Amino acid sequence: MSGDMRFTLKVWRQKNAAEMGRFEIYEAKGVSPDMSLFEMLDAVNEDLILKGEDPIAFDHDCREGICGTCGSVINGQPHGPETGTTTCQVFMRLFKAGDTITIEPFRAKAFPVVKDLIVDRSAFDRIIAAGGYVSVGTGAAPEANTLPVPKEKSELAMDAAACIGCGACVAACPNAAAMLFVGAKISHLGLLPQGQPERDRRSIALRRAMDREGFGNCTNHAECEAACPKEIKMRNIARFNRDYLKASFLSEE
Amino acid sequence: MSLDAKIPTGPLEQKWDNHRFHTKLVNPANRRKFEIIVVGTGLAGASAAASLGEMGYNVKAFCLQDSPRRAHSIAAQGGINAAKNYPNDGDSVHRLFYDTIKGGDFRAREANVHRLAQVSNSIIDQCVAQGVPFGREYGGSLSNRSFGGAQVSRTFYSRGQTGQQLLLGAYGALMRQAASGQVKIFPRREMLDLVVVDGRARGIVCRNMVDGKIESHAGHAVLLCTGGYGNVFYLSTNAASCNVTATWRAHKRGAFFGNPCFTQIHPTCIPVAGAQQSKLTLMSESLRNDGRVWVPKTAGDNRSPSQIPESERDYYLERRYPSFGNLVPRDVASRAAKAVIDEKKGVGPTGLAVYLDFADSIKRLGADVIRERYGNLFDMYAHITAEDPYQTPMRIYPAVHYAMGGLWVDYNLMTTVPGLFCLGEANFSDHGANRLGASALMQGLADGYFVIPYTLGGYLASGGIPSVGADHAAFRDAEKAVEEQTRRLLAVQGRRTAADFHRQLGLLLWDKCGMARNEAGLKDLLSRIPGIREEFWQNVKVAGQKESFNQALERAGRVADFLEFAELLVRDALERRESCGGHFREEFQTPDNEARRDDKNFAHAAAWEYRGDGQDPMRHAEPLTFEAVSLAQRSYQ
Ligand code: FES
Repeated sequence: MSGDMRFTLKVWRQKNAAEMGRFEIYEAKGVSPDMSLFEMLDAVNEDLILKGEDPIAFDHDCREGICGTCGSVINGQPHGPETGTTTCQVFMRLFKAGDTITIEPFRAKAFPVVKDLIVDRSAFDRIIAAGGYVSVGTGAAPEANTLPVPKEKSELAMDAAACIGCGACVAACPNAAAMLFVGAKISHLGLLPQGQPERDRRSIALRRAMDREGFGNCTNHAECEAACPKEIKMRNIARFNRDYLKASFLSEE
Repeated sequence: MSLDAKIPTGPLEQKWDNHRFHTKLVNPANRRKFEIIVVGTGLAGASAAASLGEMGYNVKAFCLQDSPRRAHSIAAQGGINAAKNYPNDGDSVHRLFYDTIKGGDFRAREANVHRLAQVSNSIIDQCVAQGVPFGREYGGSLSNRSFGGAQVSRTFYSRGQTGQQLLLGAYGALMRQAASGQVKIFPRREMLDLVVVDGRARGIVCRNMVDGKIESHAGHAVLLCTGGYGNVFYLSTNAASCNVTATWRAHKRGAFFGNPCFTQIHPTCIPVAGAQQSKLTLMSESLRNDGRVWVPKTAGDNRSPSQIPESERDYYLERRYPSFGNLVPRDVASRAAKAVIDEKKGVGPTGLAVYLDFADSIKRLGADVIRERYGNLFDMYAHITAEDPYQTPMRIYPAVHYAMGGLWVDYNLMTTVPGLFCLGEANFSDHGANRLGASALMQGLADGYFVIPYTLGGYLASGGIPSVGADHAAFRDAEKAVEEQTRRLLAVQGRRTAADFHRQLGLLLWDKCGMARNEAGLKDLLSRIPGIREEFWQNVKVAGQKESFNQALERAGRVADFLEFAELLVRDALERRESCGGHFREEFQTPDNEARRDDKNFAHAAAWEYRGDGQDPMRHAEPLTFEAVSLAQRSYQ
């Protein structure tokens, strides 16, 4: 079921981190409404390869909205115009035939461009390494039902744990803050009894790691919440702030 | 070379404990003298790397994603099995063992499967302690759901995102080790060769996917945790980067490949919509708990589902399998779907789909309960198909999902190359000819958290592993071979893309070596694959440069390996002259179209030995002996 829609694509091309980037124009033909944006880009890339040109580099893996690998800014919005969606789940039925679609990478100081639409998000890994976990070695766990967890709490923890680490929150934020990403991790673990022993330490360590990586500050624009493909809520940031303040007051360092 | 599975002696229930007691230990002070290379950071790789790091080994962990948190384990939806018996419904280690052996159609090794069932409970303990937010009851205890192939509720879950939550748990443990310096993480690296020195695995050669540089890494042991090869079929539920390259290259360096023809076709996926489609999306099997599968009774009935009255619907799973109903195992459900579609009763625009209907459950439980259980899956379905499954039944179709086959390993998870271990989906070990739902996550984490920490120590402590650095000549040779292949790929400059070859191969395989196979079709494939491979090397077009970020080059390398591996898969399917689990040979079926095993001739695992390009591989057999279960015709009626 190949379609007959055409689009003009304005795509950011950049060879590597060192070189300057620019927009290039491509035509996409034979697009059907059931195709995903990535399937359209696949087709454009096939043509580019056959012409001996460098295909458009973009990150993707699961193509079902769960791995967090993909991420581009589509028509000015991280992950595109729909809410609660990753870039890989943008389908062409969303656009009008003939539209011009602008595709560019997530832009943030802490996410340098690797190539074209691909950015380096390893800052997120370093933040988690600073303490975004429960320190329990393999084999040291008590029986699973030892600690009851109220269902409401575990559901709230799951809401926060659903973060896929894509970085759209950072890309959407005018300050390129990582507060929603970090707040989600703080909430996920802070809501569970297993996360309590390290709760104070964690909020301080993650806050410091975030600053070290060059992310900006939250000034309550709420763009992150709007862009989040997993619809993680701003109240996780509030929880993070509370935990951090409390921990700093109590801190003996 | 003869295969020694190294199954410990003694009664089944005591094998693992005895083995752990008799396995040599590496004392804590000596562990830091060992370098361990772990390739892949999914559930198996991340849990192994983290656990080994905690023990004091120096670990290098490699993944081809930009972060270890993104491996394909993350996409597993439904859940993870364990024999906790919290619902008090008759579960036990023995029952989980039995269900898994039976579900695998008696083609897995008893001792391995029993160990898997034994450690299953510790996995749940571990994950809960890490803060994995499992589903809970109002009283605060853990909640369970049912899954295909079992009559007890033993599946733990985090909504429809269980794989994601378990992986984030393992990733957290891994990052804790990264912070302490015990594990070094190498993202965006693709392993392109295994380095064997004096008969032992001593390291890997990989490509840095950012700058294209070829790197060598040496160690005392190598663990491949690189997932399954389902993408050989082009369209599958696997993530785009899933490939066979690491295991295939290890195979060419001496690791036998076990049961490559055992591939799982998952019954509940969103049907193919168009020719440009790049992947298929799974709808968790857990949906079959509350959804009823049906097609119209009359062939060619293309009324909309709401217009087909109850009396004209065929709930074929409930009809054919009254005791398991919609919860039959995956292979059985997929084949039953194929049977009705072959009778032209398929639905939707392509006719290649069946209905999965929630109307009864919504009536019985209310839409809110269904939303709570499956909300994200319903949303995903609606998003992809632009149809609302609360109003109209889902359309589903089987798709390639999982590889039961993989590198052959012994009880210690070691391949036929000493020092090379293989964990998780990448190995062939625990699922026989068909994997039960919610068992992949269990196996990945069992291997990584609770098996390899013991068995790797046994290998290292047995001594005789001299120190070898990445400056050894064997690394130079492997690097040269990798550079040469890259050069060749870029030099062809033909007229077809790698993706185009991949599509061609995949469609052929799906057609003749997919849900049903027969001798003529398999022979036809064997005669055609070499031609496609040959054309690939004369006519592929790869753009870009060697030393740069080059996704076209990455893809081409993987397709080149799929083109070699596919032939082994087909050969294995041809040689296994029986039907079992996901391997359905049309010549071997019962009068009511169920798989007919041949236990006299095929109660064994096939392990293939590579003998050089252009040479036929050699088939070895590891006989499977069953002491605790009696071989029976699998019945879910
Ligand atoms: S590719 Fe995995 S979330 Fe988009």
